[in-house]
This record gives sequence, C-alpha cells and structure tokens, in this order.
Amino acid sequence: MSTVKDSVSTPENALLAGQATPSLGEYMRTYLVRVRSGDIGSLPIILGLIVIAVIFQSLNENFLSARNFVNLIVQMAGITTIAIGVVYVLLLGEIDLSIGYVSAVSAVIMTLLLREPGGWPWYLAIGVALLAAAGIGLVQGLIVTNFQLPSFVVTLAGLLVWSGAVLILIGGGGTVIIQDKVVIGIANYFLPSVWGWGVAVVAVAWFALSQAMQVHSRRQRGVSTRPLSIVTFQIIGVAILIIGVVYVANQDRGVPFVGIILLIFLAWFTFLATRTKFARYVYGVGGNKEAARRAGIAVERIRVEVFMISSIMAGMGGIVLGSRLRSVDTAAGGGNLLLNSIAAAVIGGTSLFGGSGRVASAFLGALVIATVENGMGLLGLSAGVKFVITGLVLLVAVLVDAISRRGRAQSGIG
Amino acid sequence: MSETTPNVAGPPPLLELKGVSKNFGAVQALLKVDFQVRVGEVMALVGDNGAGKSTLIKGVAGIYTFNEGEIYFDSRRVAINGPRDSAALGIEVVYQDLALADNLDVVANMFLGRERIEKLWRLDEVSMEQACVETLDSLSVTTLRSVRRAVAGLSGGQRQAIAVAKAVMWNSRLVILDEPTAALGVAQTRQVLDLVKRLAERGLAVVLISHNLHDVFEVADCITVLRLGQKVAEFVARQTTQQEIVHAITAGQVQHVPGMEVAS
Ligand SMILES: Nc1ncnc2c1ncn2[C@@H]1O[C@H](COP(=O)(O)OP(=O)(O)OP(=O)(O)O)[C@@H](O)[C@H]1O
Ligand SMILES: [Mg+2]
Repeated sequence: MSTVKDSVSTPENALLAGQATPSLGEYMRTYLVRVRSGDIGSLPIILGLIVIAVIFQSLNENFLSARNFVNLIVQMAGITTIAIGVVYVLLLGEIDLSIGYVSAVSAVIMTLLLREPGGWPWYLAIGVALLAAAGIGLVQGLIVTNFQLPSFVVTLAGLLVWSGAVLILIGGGGTVIIQDKVVIGIANYFLPSVWGWGVAVVAVAWFALSQAMQVHSRRQRGVSTRPLSIVTFQIIGVAILIIGVVYVANQDRGVPFVGIILLIFLAWFTFLATRTKFARYVYGVGGNKEAARRAGIAVERIRVEVFMISSIMAGMGGIVLGSRLRSVDTAAGGGNLLLNSIAAAVIGGTSLFGGSGRVASAFLGALVIATVENGMGLLGLSAGVKFVITGLVLLVAVLVDAISRRGRAQSGIG
Repeated sequence: MSETTPNVAGPPPLLELKGVSKNFGAVQALLKVDFQVRVGEVMALVGDNGAGKSTLIKGVAGIYTFNEGEIYFDSRRVAINGPRDSAALGIEVVYQDLALADNLDVVANMFLGRERIEKLWRLDEVSMEQACVETLDSLSVTTLRSVRRAVAGLSGGQRQAIAVAKAVMWNSRLVILDEPTAALGVAQTRQVLDLVKRLAERGLAVVLISHNLHDVFEVADCITVLRLGQKVAEFVARQTTQQEIVHAITAGQVQHVPGMEVAS
C-alpha cells in the first residue's frame, strides 16, 4: 500500500489510501465528529450512572459503600441475564413477552427436581430446567415463523400459558425451598479475596491479549485498525475497571460468584454477537429481512434460534433469581421482571426496531435499573415511587436515543 | 418477428431463452419470448411499465419458474428452480430495490450469506475486507472513504456501486441489473454506467434494464424490446435510433394474440 500523501491525488488508489490506519489525532477527531453529530454510543448512560450515583450518595451515605456495591452486583444479575436474551430478540426487530414466566418455569422445574427426598444432583436439575426453556423457545419460534404470526401475539399467549404453568407446577404449597448448596451458592457465594484477584488478573490479561492479537493481525495484513495508543488506553481502562471492582468487593464479602458468571456471559455473548457468522445473520435479518433472504440466509431458522436464546437466557436468569431468594414461590416471574428486562436492553441502547444494539447494553441498562431500585430502597421509598422513577429513566433513555438518532440522520452517519 | 434481426458474428450466446412464457393466474406476463446475451456484451432490455422485464429476469434468477420454454447457458440446457441454481451457474442479479442491509457495513454487505470463516467460528474479517477493497478498486469505485461504514450513510450511487460490486465478486459470468440508475442523479448515474461498461470489458455478459434510452444508448451493444409480455424487436444499438426504439416500445407488432394459443 502506498503512503497516504501521494495516493490522495491519484484517484485509482483513493479507496485503498482511505483504509490506512489513522493516527491518534485523526482517530480522536473522527470520534469527536461522531459524538457531536449524535453517534454517542454508551456515553449518555455512563454519564447518567454517575449522576444517579451522586444523587443517591448525597441523600444516603451508605449508597457508595462496599457492602451496597456488592449487593448491587447480586441484585442486577437476574435482570442482566434475561436482558442478554432480550438484546438478541430486539436485534431481529422482534419481541418476547414470555421471558418473565419462562424464567419462573425453569426455576420451578429446577427446584422441584432438587426437592428432597430423592432430589436430583444440581447439574441435572439445572440442565433439565434449561432444556425445558430451550424447548419453549423452540415451540414459540416455530409458531412465529411457520404461521407468520407477530412475535408480540405468540409470546403474549406464552406469557399467559407459562404463568399458569408456574401455578400448576408449584401446586398448593405456594413456596418451594431450595436446599442444594451449589444452587444456593450461585447468588450467595462470594470469592475469597485471593480468588477475586486471580480472576481479575486472568480477565485483564485475556482482554489485553485478544485486543493486541486483533490489532497485530490486522496490521500485519495491511488493513486499517485502531491506533495503538487508543488500544492501550482501552486496555488500561478495562484493567482499572476490573481491578477497581475487585478491590471494592474485597473490602466487603468479596467478589460474588454470580459476578463471574455475568462476566463470562458478557464475553461469550459479545463474541457470538460480533465475531461469528451467526452475528452477521442476526444483524442482517434485523436490518433487512428481504436482503438476507436473497443472500441465501435461512431467515426463519435464525429467528427460531434467537427465540431459543431468549428462552434459555430467561431460564438462566430464573435460576439466578431463585438462588438469590433460596426459594421459588407463586409470584416468581411476575411483578415487573419482564418489563425491567426489556427496559434494561433498551436503556442500554438497543433499538426496538431491529438491527442495532450490543450485548453490553444489557449490562449497562440492568446496572441503571438495579442502581435506581437499590438507591430508592436505601431511601425507603415506596414501590409506587420506584415504578414512577424507573419509568422516567426509561423515557429519558429512549428520548436521548431518539435525539441522537436524529443528529445521526442529519449528518448521514446512519 | 423482429424489425431488425442482428446477425452478430462471434461467440454463441452465454444465456439463451427460447420461447419462455410466464403467467400469473389470468395475467400473461410473458409469452413465447426469445432472449439472448453474449459474453462481453451489454444487452439492454427495454419496454413500458408492466411489459414483463422484471418477470423475465426473475425467471432467470430463479425467483419464478417459467411455465414453458427452454433456458440454455453456455449452450447447455439448464433448469433453474431457485436462486441457488442461478448463483451456481454464475448469474448474479442487482435488484431494482437493491437488497442491502442498511445497518451493516460495506464489507458485511458484500459477503452477506457467503462469509469467510477462520478457526473457532470466527469471521475472517481481514481477508473479507481485503477482497472487498480489491473488488471495489478493480471497478475503480473510488468515492468510498471507508469500507467499514454502515451503508445507511452512503449516497445512492455508492450503494448502487456496492450492489454491483457484490454481484461481480463471485466469479459471476452474467450480471443482470434491474433499473440501476432509476433513483440516481447525473453524476451518480455516470458512475454506475461506467461501471456497467467495465463489467462488459472484463468479459462478463451484462443485462441492463432501463427506462432511460439515453443511458441505454450509452452503454448497450444490443437492445431487446418487450411489449405486453412479448418480444417485439431486437436491435444492434449502433444501427438504430431512439425514435425507432420508442416506436417499438409503444407500437411494436405483437405476434401472438394472448388467449388464442394459451386457451388451454
Ligand atoms: N407476482 C405477480 N403476481 C401477479 N402479477 C404479476 C406479478 N409480477 C408481475 N405481474 C404482472 O406481470 C406483468 C409484468 O410485470 P413486470 O414486473 O415484469 O413488468 P416490468 O416490465 O418490470 O415493469 P416496470 O418497468 O414497471 O418495472 C404486469 O402486468 C404485472 O402486473
Ligand atoms: Mg420492473
């Protein structure tokens, strides 16, 4: 590839020249242009989190304590897990209203299988519970695709059916206690501080290595990539974040085991949604279903698979929630679990109209929702006030997205 | 049947349709149409709205199957029963309505459905990006600043260029373009027409559907005129005039009277 300077004047090479790796200055300049034109990514939500934290801390000094921080991680785990599935469904431009009660169905199945005497081992109980969730997703997905029905209606029916199933399965007792140590440990075990640090080291090293390898291979093969300084900043940023979390958690009970599970989910589902063929197909179908079909993609199959991911993640979330409460009762899966999970994905920046969003948005959105709930809990506010505030946060998030999209449309970034 | 039957010496047609018909219920969209295109040649397909142009190429692309008639490709009789059959023959279509996914970037669109994979199920982004840049470069598409931009932010001409580049990247031998300049301004039409010429120079066979006779005369070697689902004329572009084409489009003699032979 020729240098940028002499190829700009020769039109034959203009495209190749445009692909050269930008300098740090150029990179920052394009970033600023994008921010100014509304392509702001996660910026508003991070600012929002800071604002929320400052408000709650000024109202109650326990908010930013290590103890509450650890609580927050445990509190957000269930919604985050379910919201990951929501992100995939929204990427297709579909919706899944059954996730709340599907999570409860999984939790109930697991709990009943564990019940003594004659309880199953935890891994079999969890496995069967997740298989049931996958089966539900398969059936709902097949109904949506085979009969060309709106997913809204099919999963609305699912919502009713599975809420009934929970009541039937639990039966007269009303509450089933979980006694299995492993299952309880999912949301109630905290890593000793040495282990916490070990995880931090592995996570940071793994992130740094994967970033470095990516940049290296792109450089070597002569395609444009991020400037090295930016990559370094990103790695340092992630390192500070992870080390900070582990440090604070270690001041209290330690890193919650469920936090590690979330980290693994984040890594795996981000990989699945960015680096694989499946990712391309999900975004392609969400962006332009007809184009995907003409490109030979098995559109209906992708849709069914995504409904299965949604149900499986709901099932996992249900298990996490059950573990946290150490029991499952007839109220499981109800309340505002469904709406909070969808709101988490949307607040995090995933579009309701398909084709745009990231797995990380499930984490950011769930963090916002859990923070607001946690903070208001500390302040002793009533459930009514909590709903109103959470609703307003959702509204603000969607408004910010709409306004930034308008800016993007005007500047043609898209 | 045609007013001027060109007698072009040279290679046999790459694609030849003999007496193809297609009806949608009572609507006879195509009736006993003969059509051919040679390697290195741009064949324009013109006709009024509803003349059957899109139906003809959709039959070739495997989206519809003809009710009767024969398809020859490379002088061999072939059956095209689906988009994969035509893709396997090396036929690529740029549709009237583009078929790009707005939210994906240029590379992702060019490889949609045929991604390259490296180990561990990972997309081979680097090699796809290189192939994409190479193809765009070989077609002298120079106005793109980055192949990693979502196509939503591109101009109509750039999008069309990508749709065309996508069609030629797959060792295609016949590229069919359905009204590729319909929505474009002067400069962008220019780009696309240049691109069409380059495809023929590269030894591909090209079918171009257009309502703009000025564009047709600029790039086409031959012109086939459809009227009311029938072929009324085929011209060598250099030996005819716009008036003659307009006359064929609006008043060309149809040979078969619909309803007489197809009454069965
Ligand atoms: N799927 C369909 N079902 C029923 N009739 C159809 C269908 N597709 C095309 N037709 C009919 O077949 C005839 C030819 O249509 P076609 O789309 O091939 O025209 P065209 O020459 O491409 O027109 P245009 O210049 O407007 O694109 C028209 O009368 C149209 O109404
Ligand atoms: Mg048409």
